[in-house]
Amino acid sequence: MTTSDTSVAAWKEDIFNVLKAGNIRQVTYVPDAGHAHVIQRAQDDPDMQTVVLTTEEEGVAINTGAWLGGQRSVLLMQSSGVGNCINMFSLLNSCRIPFLTLVTMRGEYAEFNPWQTPMSKATESCLTMMGFRVLRVTDPDEVQDVVDAALASAFEAGEQVAVLISQRLIGRKKWNKD
Amino acid sequence: MTTTHKSTIDRREFVAALVKSCPDALIVAGLGSSTYDLFAAGDRPQNFYLWGAMGGAAGIGLGLALAQPEKSVVVLTGDGEQLMGLGTLATIGAQQPANLTIVVLDNGHFGETGMQHSHTSLGTDLVAVSKACAIGNSHQIADSSGLKDITAAIAQPKQTSLFQVMVKADEVPRALPIRDGVHIKNRFRESIGLAPL
Repeated sequence: MTTSDTSVAAWKEDIFNVLKAGNIRQVTYVPDAGHAHVIQRAQDDPDMQTVVLTTEEEGVAINTGAWLGGQRSVLLMQSSGVGNCINMFSLLNSCRIPFLTLVTMRGEYAEFNPWQTPMSKATESCLTMMGFRVLRVTDPDEVQDVVDAALASAFEAGEQVAVLISQRLIGRKKWNKD
Repeated sequence: MTTTHKSTIDRREFVAALVKSCPDALIVAGLGSSTYDLFAAGDRPQNFYLWGAMGGAAGIGLGLALAQPEKSVVVLTGDGEQLMGLGTLATIGAQQPANLTIVVLDNGHFGETGMQHSHTSLGTDLVAVSKACAIGNSHQIADSSGLKDITAAIAQPKQTSLFQVMVKADEVPRALPIRDGVHIKNRFRESIGLAPL
């Protein structure tokens, strides 16, 4: 069995607070342990709608619809999900949709599962190739400022912005025997 | 296996009557024939035409419906486009937006690419899939008398609905709307009182 770090680190609460202060109204996600706290906080917030996805590219479409309807949104996913989105990212570029995604990295630091590593190596370049501005956080003390800057670039400058949350920040996934 | 595709409906006539019956609806059209059908029914700023993003129409409709709960939102798309976003039906079923109506113009074929059979003429029952995804108000419309059921769902939306409209697999003339996505977006947002950046 696996145990994942779903603990409430201060930087996770910082992310939620930035999203809340930035008037994010729709939170679309494919779950990840690193996002678990923000998902829970959003589910408990009456001003936020959480939408669980069957695949990450749905989030690109839903968040586009949210903007068409006047709401800000965020897509929460793992690095593997970026690969599932690539063609749908064209929508953001073609229509110049303000877009924010927070991506928890797998496969890049003390990774146990080799199946995670190919997409982790391609995540940043895939985003860059599809026109994204890519920011990264590794130090817990920079999370609040960087996510806030990403939100401004997305919804004030109209950019497509991804914040990669380093696996080193999230911590090692612990694999225990039953 | 090729199943008999019960198709009697002229898609252009049906879509024209549908749009005429719901002048206030916000309509997202899937790429290809659905976008052409919607434009042929008369251009309007409340139309969001897709020229790409295959599989994304229903998702865009969901995000829009959640953001604008007081407005009736229609997704007008084809069988091939909806099949690529089949999982989105489960996502919509989990949200149950009362103001969202999905209309699938089903000709059982991929019309843009040489009329190859799609899964709906090879065994997939789209209404059964939709119901299994918790979209309870899912129905097949086999002839044009069913238009009134769709119109009623859009005019007074009470629950998420999906209608599979069995259209003839005819080649119809292309009717090409504007392709500039930024313009389509800004025009659409302006129609509901939203300013550009």
